[in-house]
Amino acid sequence: MIFGAILAGGVGSRMNISDMPKQFLPLGDKPIIIHTLEKFLLCERIDEIYIGVHPNWLVHMEDLIQKYVKIRKEQIHIVAGGGDRNTTIMNLVDQMEKDFGSSEEHYIITHDSVRPFVTARIINDNIDTVLKYKACDTVVAATDTIVTSKDGNVITEIPNRQWMYQGQTPQSFQINLLKKWYYDLTEEEKAILTDACKIGVVRNAEVRLVRGEVSNLKITTVTDYKVAQAMVGGNLID
Amino acid sequence: MINYVYQLVSPQVFSVKYEDIAFEDKVIIRPKYMAVCHADQRYYQGKRDRKVLRKKLPMALIHECCGEVVYDPSDTFSRGEAVILIPNVPGEKKSGIYENYAKGAAFLSSGRDGFLQEYIALDPNRVVSAGTVPGNIAAISEFVSVAVHAAGRFQKLSHACRDRIGIWGNGSLGFVVACVLRKLYPESKIIVIGRNERKLTYFSFVDEVYKPEELPEDFAVDHAFECCGGEGSYTAIEDIIRVINPQGTVMLMGVSENRVPVNTRDILEKGLLFVGSSRSGREDFEKASEFMQDPMVQNRLRLIIYEDAPVTSIDDLHRVFHNDMNTPFKTVFRWEI
Repeated sequence: MIFGAILAGGVGSRMNISDMPKQFLPLGDKPIIIHTLEKFLLCERIDEIYIGVHPNWLVHMEDLIQKYVKIRKEQIHIVAGGGDRNTTIMNLVDQMEKDFGSSEEHYIITHDSVRPFVTARIINDNIDTVLKYKACDTVVAATDTIVTSKDGNVITEIPNRQWMYQGQTPQSFQINLLKKWYYDLTEEEKAILTDACKIGVVRNAEVRLVRGEVSNLKITTVTDYKVAQAMVGGNLID
Repeated sequence: MINYVYQLVSPQVFSVKYEDIAFEDKVIIRPKYMAVCHADQRYYQGKRDRKVLRKKLPMALIHECCGEVVYDPSDTFSRGEAVILIPNVPGEKKSGIYENYAKGAAFLSSGRDGFLQEYIALDPNRVVSAGTVPGNIAAISEFVSVAVHAAGRFQKLSHACRDRIGIWGNGSLGFVVACVLRKLYPESKIIVIGRNERKLTYFSFVDEVYKPEELPEDFAVDHAFECCGGEGSYTAIEDIIRVINPQGTVMLMGVSENRVPVNTRDILEKGLLFVGSSRSGREDFEKASEFMQDPMVQNRLRLIIYEDAPVTSIDDLHRVFHNDMNTPFKTVFRWEI
């Protein structure tokens, strides 16, 4: 089975424009997370969709689904998220396995709820790639020069840009492989390795690249939000 | 849901418009295959009048498309059902007037966004089941429906002696019209007149083929279909008027950017009937879909279809439009954007 996993555990502390987590802010006529969810719902290849939400917002999420979602409601499952990204993913995996059992044939397409501009092509490419290679990450080639600095004052290194990509989502995994990676981590590693693909990389596993889109932006800051509003021609809500 | 609409903003320049699609009363379709029409190519190449370009762009091109239903609140179609999309927006209803010619009628990819979109939302009556027609053939349904429409009007308007029907033009339109007429009039002699010898060889299922300069002295037809358009319109219409038998019907189907002088004296003398026929309506799409269920028809249509590589990016779209310039008939492509 192929599971969609929409990560909406955040509480929006970086936004400072609303007390509401950013995934629930309106974009055009509906909340950001509904746009994201609809893209997943329209993908026929995704069997079930799980949404990881901060425990305080579970009821709100359910209300939104009742209000806005017109299709496949019975295939949407809302689960309480954990303290960080990976814990949320593992909570979702636990629930998926409670509902549908464990199998080598189970795959998870994880996606940020605040990336509503994801396309059908990106989702399909993730599915094709994960079915073949078991793990993949969506990226776009870096256009800015990436500069690293270990102390924040002096450049440590300027890596060759042709090897640099910016990570987006979805990130997709064979569920059993992801579990194996995650449960092998020490508590210390879990605190550092916040990105699921990075766990694979430090384990020397092959994580394939899927071409993203620059437009598949993550709405994190006020500026992102304004850009997203301008893209859909909506009104700005400050 | 935020939908990606791939608009042509100026010749050879695409840009994405992001548009919210509401899940309301419209059917939502994921496009699977599309076909390029000369009209699209003219916009892409900037070969339309500048005033027209300024008025119509930005606009998503492509009006030949088939896809799969992903949402249908009207329950007319099942989820995943293969369908053909109708680009015609009907005009005012008036008895005896076809929806595609009625006042107020509009056309997607001519003043309104066409099908170059991630998902497409249409009224249920603008969608027709594709049945078992393979996607790369169903892609040209709109094109076939135009031929079906012309054949339907011809059937109603022409006199019953249809022993010899001539088709001027050996391009895609001539080919599809020939396919439709072959099926509709198995007893008639179907004759194709075209300039391109290589293209004429594709018409193996018609009775006679000629190059225009090689028409026999006593050559005559009872009725004619003009499928040339462009620069070829003038000579085709001239030839038709010369060789057609009295009271024949001439179906004009080729689009010409320029005005074409016609020999009205002989039209009057022979009492000819000229019928303008372009585009099609829902009924024609239904008939086209039915016509295309026949494997023999599918095999014939396959001859004129070049399937380019799938489109997964705007760069791929440019590639398709460039390749289409060098393919003899129809270019279709899988839509995977």
